Formats: sequence, structure tokens, C-alpha cells
Amino acid sequence: MTQVIVETGNRVAGLACKAARAKVIAAYPITPQTTVVEQIAELVEGGKMDAQYIRVESEHSAMAACIGAAVGGARTFTATSAHGLALMHEMLHWASAARLPIVMAVVNRAMGPPWNIWADFSDSLSQRDTGWIQFYCADNQEIFDTIIQAYKLCEDKRVFMPAMVCFEGFILSHTSMPIKIPDQKEIDDFLPPYNPPWLLDVDNPVTHGSIVYPEWYMEFRYFMYEAMENARKLIPEIDKEYGKRFGFKYGGHVEKYRCEDADLIILSMGTIGSEAKLAVDNLRHRGHKVGAARVRVFRPFPNDEIVNLTKNAQMLTIIDRQVSYGMEGPLHTEVKASLYSNQDSPLTTGFIAGLGGRDVTVQDIERMVEKSFKYLQAGKVEKEVEWVGLRE
Amino acid sequence: MVTLKELPKEEYFYPGHVACTGCGAVIAIRLAQKALGPKTVFVIPACCSSVLHSAFPFSAFATPCLNIAFEAAAAAASGVVSAYETRGLKNITVLAWAGDGGTVDIGLQALSGAAERGTNFIYVCYDNEAYGNTGFQRSGSSPFGSRTTTTPTGKREHKKDVPMIMAAHGIPYVATACVSYPLDFVAKLRKAKEMVGTKYIQVLTPCPPGWRYSTEKTIEMGRLAVQTGIWALYEIEHGRFKLNPPSSTLTDKTKRKPIEEYLKEQGRFNQLAPEDVSELKRWIDETWEKYKRLQLNNQTNIS
Repeated sequence: MTQVIVETGNRVAGLACKAARAKVIAAYPITPQTTVVEQIAELVEGGKMDAQYIRVESEHSAMAACIGAAVGGARTFTATSAHGLALMHEMLHWASAARLPIVMAVVNRAMGPPWNIWADFSDSLSQRDTGWIQFYCADNQEIFDTIIQAYKLCEDKRVFMPAMVCFEGFILSHTSMPIKIPDQKEIDDFLPPYNPPWLLDVDNPVTHGSIVYPEWYMEFRYFMYEAMENARKLIPEIDKEYGKRFGFKYGGHVEKYRCEDADLIILSMGTIGSEAKLAVDNLRHRGHKVGAARVRVFRPFPNDEIVNLTKNAQMLTIIDRQVSYGMEGPLHTEVKASLYSNQDSPLTTGFIAGLGGRDVTVQDIERMVEKSFKYLQAGKVEKEVEWVGLRE
Repeated sequence: MVTLKELPKEEYFYPGHVACTGCGAVIAIRLAQKALGPKTVFVIPACCSSVLHSAFPFSAFATPCLNIAFEAAAAAASGVVSAYETRGLKNITVLAWAGDGGTVDIGLQALSGAAERGTNFIYVCYDNEAYGNTGFQRSGSSPFGSRTTTTPTGKREHKKDVPMIMAAHGIPYVATACVSYPLDFVAKLRKAKEMVGTKYIQVLTPCPPGWRYSTEKTIEMGRLAVQTGIWALYEIEHGRFKLNPPSSTLTDKTKRKPIEEYLKEQGRFNQLAPEDVSELKRWIDETWEKYKRLQLNNQTNIS
């Protein structure tokens, strides 16, 4: 039976791990992820979850243990934040290149120094090229649904890659919201048991991950590239199927809000995307034709959706909760790259906002849009990258 | 005690591997596979074994193997153990097989974590006393005075005592071995296989190119290491320390061969000054005093 509960993002992630019937969880606590693993420990020790929780001594070991468990034939889950994710970096490459469908909740937190435990995307976006599928959520229901969908996607034999389900620390991790948890039987129908095409198996002794010389190495990497392209196609299909079964749909790669006739579209990720919807309503009320698009999947990046979405727009306002030093916001870069081969692309302007948990309010977003409209009227973007709300 | 006749004729380590001539680690792998049988899963971090046993699309292993990053053997093995347990698979031995660099240095944290959690697996450190795979750089396991490519005038620190560190974790079984005493090594692996929990075995595997001796002398080098007392064969079973033959006969200093016999055979020691040799002798004597105390106290649990 479908249950409606009120829970924090972290506890919802733990419940999704249980609902997905993950069998091995290996994780190390870090703020703000801690309540994910505390919840899993309670569920496992309370006999409410048929799984093993390996209380590893570091995040590096967490991912190594997930790799061992996944190749040993168990559905695996882990969760981390910021420095924990950075410590995992080597094993992130290992997991994807070993083609293991590990699902990880990343509770986004700023990187130090200076120490900061609040939200931005500097942790997960720094892992862009590790071969992990990256989802970004905007509310707690989406965390639950995306974790279930991520297993479905990752364990598809055309994909067999790992995925991060990212959501912002405290903003979602420690905020309670009502969510619907579908009936377990229906989840089981949607997500059958883990059945990997390769295993560490004494009856079929194979050497996993042996040395590969230059004459073969590129082919292995091409298979990963191809798997990501397959994931690109499957993400909207799985979203659609999930929506049909459980009633929640997110528009595949990009959630669009009042974009059809918009002159200007706000592009963002995570919870800023929710705020952007309110800004759109306010701005529309004042007569501006504005829409909002929230990029849910950063890898594989939805190039075609961005092109289609912005066909009729004249201006894009791109908000990044992360900066690539020496460049601009990563979403800004990717959006421009998607549009480059397209003629008559809209103007773009990028805003860096909300680093280290600083609030990004509806009014902040409206001001960004108003500034963008000025650029549009002038036919020229005066400032390509602007930091929002810096102290004088 | 195991006899030679009892060792299975089946080979699980096929020809075609790419180890150096006279490699001690290869002898150790072959013995381990014979001792533990085909229902054994190897987890191998970066080390000589990871590059010598397979090169895509070939593998010399008849047992399954997961290659993993340098510092991650014990953690990855923990994951394999958990997966098998949740799947209800029984009677499979999970064996982490790591060099001394991957054990006593970069992998020590993961190993300590796995041991503290009581992970049910065997961890073998095959000890060639340096980072052999990358061209013989110093490790925490290199002996005092030995020349490596990062200690070109000889290492100034003594070997890290990881078997005792592992014993301090209170795990059910810790043992040392040497490929020159194959039946002792096999017996220890088999004992470990029958026990539940974390079992740690450190096996000395002489390395001709690193130690700089002639390739046919690997077994002789291992014997000399044990006979001179610079390496000892012992086991710590549920906290009880016991020297094994022939080390058990060497607590009397006069029974041990002079260390010079061992040192003069190896190029890695040929720059040793007389005071360095004295320091090594002092260290060996001190180590054996410790063994003697442990022997005497073997009624009490050291961990």
C-alpha cells in the first residue's frame, strides 16, 4: 500500500535504499550525510532491512567495499558528502571502469578549506569525468524516486554504470517534507533482483580488471562512452515508465516550467530550480515571458534537450551553485557547448550563487533575470560571469 | 603437518605468467592455490602479482580474481565477503593477496579496518621487502641497511613489524612464513581457512632483481633469512605465540647462522658499513629477546 510520510531528505534516501532492496551498504559518516547511514544502521540492526551494513573506516574503503560487493553479486548502496566524495575519487573511476551499477547518494556540501558543511555542488561536479551518471534532485520525493530509477537504469545491461543521486545538504537532507512511498510489491515489479552479467564466481573463474595494453585499452573506454549514450536514451523512458506506475514524472533529463513561449529561460540545478519556478510566476505576473528549466541529469549531459528547449528563447540565465576556477560555472559551460553548433542560439549569461550554503532567494533570481533582460535589450552581454550577493 | 604427497597435483597457476625468473611471489601464489583449492577468490591490489598473473585477454589464474587499487585490497575483500554472505554462498575462501607496500604502508588503514570488523577472510602479505613492481623502492617492510632505488645509500630505519600490529587487533590467527619452507606455509594457510574471522599471514618471498642475487638462489635466500634469524617463522593462534621449526630451535643465539652469510649473498646489502652490520645484529638479538618473552608467556594472551 502506498504510504504518505513526512521525512527529511536523508531519511528518504535511506528508505529508498531499503525499498530498492540493496543487500550490501558500505559507508562512512560525514556531515551532512550522517543521518542516511544512521537510518540504514537502524533498519539493518532492527531487522527491518535484509542487508549487511559494512561500517568501513573511510570513504575510500566504502567505495572499494561497494566494488567488491557489486562484483560479488550484491546490489550495493553508499552515501557521502564533500571530502568523503573527494577521498573516494580513485575508486569512483574504478567502479565505473569495472562497470558496476553502484548507486550512491551524494548529499552536496561545499569543499574546504575553509571548513563549511553547507550546500553547493563543488563536491559532485568535481567528479564530472569519473564515468558516473549524475542526477540532481529538487525535493525529497524526487530523491526517493530517483534512487529507485537509478538502480533500474544502472542495472540495465545496455548501461551497467554507477550513478550518484545528488541533493543539497541541509536544504533537503535535513528538511522534512511529505512524500509518497509506493507499495513494496510494485517497486519489486519495477525493479527486479540484481542479475549482473559478470560476477566474481568460483564456478566461472575470470580475472577482473587485469592489465590491458594500449592496443585494447581504448575499446574498453569506448564501451563506457557507449553505455553513457545508452543511458541518455533510457533516462526519459525510465522516467516515463516510473511516472505511469507511480505517478511521479520529472521530464527526463530536464524539468521544464512555462518554457514554451518564454523569451528568457532560467537554467539551474537542484533546489534553485524550485525557487526559479516561483521567480517565473512573479516575473510573468509583471508581464515578462520567462520560463525555468532544471537540469536533473548532468552526466550524460542533455545536449539535445537544451537545444530544443531554447529554440524560441532569446536569452538564457544560467545559475551555477559551483564555479570552475579559471572558467565559469560548469552548467554555464555545458549549456554553451550544447548550443555552439546551433545557429541563432540565444544569448547566455552566467551567475555564480549560493556557494557554501548561502541562500539563493526568489528575489535574487528575479534580479538575475532583470539584469539578463537588460543585456537582451542592449543586444550584448556586458558581464558573462557574475557573482551574486558578494560583500562589497 | 602437511606432507609433500598431500599437496594436490592440480595446478591453478598456469604457465604464461610474466614474473621475473626466480620470483619468490610466484612460488607463494602457487602454494596458496594448492593449499586453499579452487573455491578461492583472490583480491589483488597493485603489486607484482597484479601485473604478472594476467594481461588481457589472458590470465594464468584458474581461480577467480578481482584486481583492485593499491590501498584497497582489504576493503574490497570485505565487500566480496558481505556479498557472498548475503547471497548465502558458503565454503568460498576470500583471499586478499597483497605485496608489502600495499600492506604495511598504503593499505594498512583498510587492513586494520577489516581486521577490526572481524571480516571473515585471509589476508596474505607476500613480503619482498620493497615496492618490487615499480622498480624496488623502499617500503616500511625493507630491512635496515638495504639498498633500494629510493634509499641508494641504504635504509636507515628498521622493518615495520606488521604481524605484531595485526596480532594487536585481537584477530584469531596471525602467522609468518617463507617460501623456502613450503609445507609450513601450506599448513598455515589451511589452518587459516578453517578459522572464522580475519587471518593474517606474512610470507617472505625473496626477489632476485631487487635483492640482487642470482636467480637460482631464491630458496637458499629464504632459508638463510630464517636460519640467521632476520626472519622468523611463528604463529599467533587466538593470542598464543608459538615459534615454528626451524625458528623454534633458534632462540639460542649460538644456533643462528651469522647474519653475514645472508648479507654477503645480496647486492642490496653490499654497501653496509661494519657499524650497520652491528646495528642489524643488535636488532636481530633484540627481536629474538621479544620472541623468547612471548614464548615464555604463551600461556597468556598477548592480544
